Amino acid sequence: MGSTNSTLLKIPNVEVLMQETGFSPAHIIRLHDRFKALDKEGRGYLCPQDFGAIKELAMNPIGDRIIGAFFSPGKETVDFHAFVKILAHFRPVDKDRPKEPNSPEPINSRSNKLKFAFQLYDQDKDGKISRDELLKVLRAMLGMQVTEEQLESIADRTIQEADLDRDDAISFEEFRKSLEKVNIDHKMSIRFLR
Amino acid sequence: MEETNPDPNPGESTQAVFTLNYPRIQIPFEITLWVLLASFAKIGFHIYHKITIWVPESCLLISIGLIVGGIMHSVHEKPPAVLTSNVFFLYMLPSIVLDSGYFMPTRPFFENFGTVLWFAIVGTLWNSIGIGISLFAICQIEAFGVQDINLEENLLFASIISAVEPVAVLTVFEDISVHEHLYIVVFGECLFNDAVTVVLYNLFNHVAAIEVVEAGDVFLDIGWFFVVGLGGTFFGILFGFVAAFTTRFTGKVREIEPLIIFLYSYLAYLIAELFTISSIMAIVTCALTMKYYVEENVSQPSCTTIRHVIKMVGSVSETLIFFFLGVVTITTEHEWNWGYILFTLLFALIWRGLGILVLTQIINPFRTIPLNFKDQFGLAYGGLRGAVSFALAFTLPDSIGRKKLFITGTIAVIIFTVFIQGITIRPLLKLMNVRKTNRNLETINVEIHKRLMEHTVAGIEDLCGQWSHYYWKDKFMKFNNRIIRKILVRDNRPESSIVALYKKLELQNAMEILDQMSGDISAAPSLISLHEDRKNSPKPRKKFLSSDVANMHELLSKNMYKIRQRTLSYTNKHALPNDITAREILMRRHTSLRRSFRAGSLHGTNAAKMSQKYFSLPMRQSLHSGFPSRRLGHTGDGDTESEIDYPSNRPTIRHPHRPSSTAGMPLRPLDTLKNAASSVNTVNEQNNVQRGNRRSHLSSRRTFRFRNYSDEDSEGEDQKSRSSPHAWVQEPQNSSEVQHPLIGRPHWLPQKPQ
Repeated sequence: MGSTNSTLLKIPNVEVLMQETGFSPAHIIRLHDRFKALDKEGRGYLCPQDFGAIKELAMNPIGDRIIGAFFSPGKETVDFHAFVKILAHFRPVDKDRPKEPNSPEPINSRSNKLKFAFQLYDQDKDGKISRDELLKVLRAMLGMQVTEEQLESIADRTIQEADLDRDDAISFEEFRKSLEKVNIDHKMSIRFLR
Repeated sequence: MEETNPDPNPGESTQAVFTLNYPRIQIPFEITLWVLLASFAKIGFHIYHKITIWVPESCLLISIGLIVGGIMHSVHEKPPAVLTSNVFFLYMLPSIVLDSGYFMPTRPFFENFGTVLWFAIVGTLWNSIGIGISLFAICQIEAFGVQDINLEENLLFASIISAVEPVAVLTVFEDISVHEHLYIVVFGECLFNDAVTVVLYNLFNHVAAIEVVEAGDVFLDIGWFFVVGLGGTFFGILFGFVAAFTTRFTGKVREIEPLIIFLYSYLAYLIAELFTISSIMAIVTCALTMKYYVEENVSQPSCTTIRHVIKMVGSVSETLIFFFLGVVTITTEHEWNWGYILFTLLFALIWRGLGILVLTQIINPFRTIPLNFKDQFGLAYGGLRGAVSFALAFTLPDSIGRKKLFITGTIAVIIFTVFIQGITIRPLLKLMNVRKTNRNLETINVEIHKRLMEHTVAGIEDLCGQWSHYYWKDKFMKFNNRIIRKILVRDNRPESSIVALYKKLELQNAMEILDQMSGDISAAPSLISLHEDRKNSPKPRKKFLSSDVANMHELLSKNMYKIRQRTLSYTNKHALPNDITAREILMRRHTSLRRSFRAGSLHGTNAAKMSQKYFSLPMRQSLHSGFPSRRLGHTGDGDTESEIDYPSNRPTIRHPHRPSSTAGMPLRPLDTLKNAASSVNTVNEQNNVQRGNRRSHLSSRRTFRFRNYSDEDSEGEDQKSRSSPHAWVQEPQNSSEVQHPLIGRPHWLPQKPQ
């Protein structure tokens, strides 16, 4: 690894990337190293198998959903930019960032973090978490001793609590509302990405 | 136990046919009996499971010891004088410490390294010195009659009773949801605490023997303290590397691999003892260093053996010590001094509590996750004294005038903390928990979403790889990967059981798919349409009672997978870590990937829905009917070999239950399908004898939907399967395509029930 500047120069459009995501050059370099480590064949992009090689992620109950979140619908590869942009969701919120009215919302805003979590449920991207999708996630996250009936009642209860417009599904707004008391920044941030 | 020598032919001094030669076997025999008795005690506790929840195991062991001691006392028998200094320090302590060190989860440990060391070193020093000085102050009071104990002896005693043992706390923590980092702090604290205590013990022992203590000596001693600690660490690392290097070449002699581990650790310990540096640090660092590389080099059975043996020996040592504690309590002469002992108890509690409070305040700003009050309470109140304290007291040199008083005092402290604190900590923590977490105010929504977010963050962290704020740690990891691993790790290394399982699943699926080339049919479409129908029928809104909701909360908190499950499984000190949940997760994921691949190939049917449902019990089936065979297979299944390598043993057990568990479909109209599926499975069962457990019916059902699979396409397919995790959940737009195959082969699938 050469000096920081030379590595940065090798990454195309790195200025834009840093601007959009808010990562410092040091972080970009580390992420780039990690990207290269995952991209064993040096193709410059990652495909799902590369993610699958991460053992700990395989042990994660929602590991495959997390992997799926990296790939935009229809695409089967993710390049470095997209990789960093997704990870930017997990930066802790910059408290002292000036609020410019015209600039787009930063990727790691509370709302975007919530959207990320929402997408993990809503795999068919219809903007709603259906009962089915909820059940799937529940099954993934719960041990095998839980009966189907119990799962279904939990799912029913979840929808009942959150679903305000009675359409038997949770929309993003309802999702956001149900989590209004939760410190999302704390929950959905990775400190070392600050 | 006398020696009898019955002479069948009285009057003749011929060779007796039947003689008893007890003295010859006495020592090994008695040791065996004691160990056996201790093991029976352990077995006995677990027969009634509830006991171990409420009463820590150390309590039970001491009680049994007390009973046995009582028996021995009444027959005027002396306890075996086995617990000498040498036996403890050379045989028992290394086992206990190796057990703790080997099972220490390294990553959280290093993340909390500062805190652990802080509490262990500074905490123990604080405790020892605080208690020592206060006791010395008490000694000055004439009324207690202990004026002859000087400062050094007080300090010595104080250092003995500062050694805490976390077992009871950890088992309680497991049930109450406690952060992972707290486990590590408690676990690590105990470990290093032992090291510090032993060092202090030796230090004060040495000092107590000296008549005159000068200021210069004190500084020398402090310097010696550091030398001892760091020296021990250095030796440990050295031996760890050497051990790892040796295992690189044991590819052909797998039988001796476990032996190498034990020998090197023990050697590290002994050599450290030779140089009178901290042997505990040596053996712990040896185990930590070694584990990482060795587990990559050795075969899976060796790995299991190593773990089993370490657990076994450590557990036995600890058990024996507690046992002796009980026995000795009854049988030795005690010197009881109300004032001294009561004040000891008081000071032990106060200083520990104060210590934790103060130290936490200082260290919290440096921690990423600060320790809250509940954590601190757990740490402080959970400071039970245990085996090490007792052994250290028991092996005090006789030159200490008040040795008996010290022994009595130590026993008193241990019994008090173990019984009273050990039994009450659980209700107290539960009380605090209930007040603090306000679980009932959180909605089910929030609970689920929070857990999802935690898993997400954990996943992303894993994705980012090992990373920390510390530049040098990253550098070390790079150095490690590039250089050290090349030297120490063999190239063809066997994988961990999980990875092996994963690969095996992949391979089996590939093979099955090849076998069943013609399988195109899927049950999926009918299921999906059924499911659609069900969904469309409007359901009345269910009313949930608050008790239902409370039950749900309970269910969720008990059954939701914890983050990075593997770490927590290490904390049960008396049991082996198991991979069960990891395997559940892995198998589920694997199934869903396989399904998604097939679903992907069929342009996104919702076939995968079925598989997801597979892993919960079918509706209206109780836990017992659906699961026993599966459970039998997994619980206590410490060795992973049985599933992977010898699955042929399993089919018979599981077979009768398979139909119910196979169906796994929660939809009511599926009874017909269940039967169909089960008949297919029976057929497949006979065909695929290898697949002994539920993997087989996963795969057998999966194969139906399969179009053309060929080896060349495997790459592409794998890619496809994994690239479309979101594809498989799409609503089936093209189910028409799938229905044709269904119609094509109706013989095993009945008409779509409407």
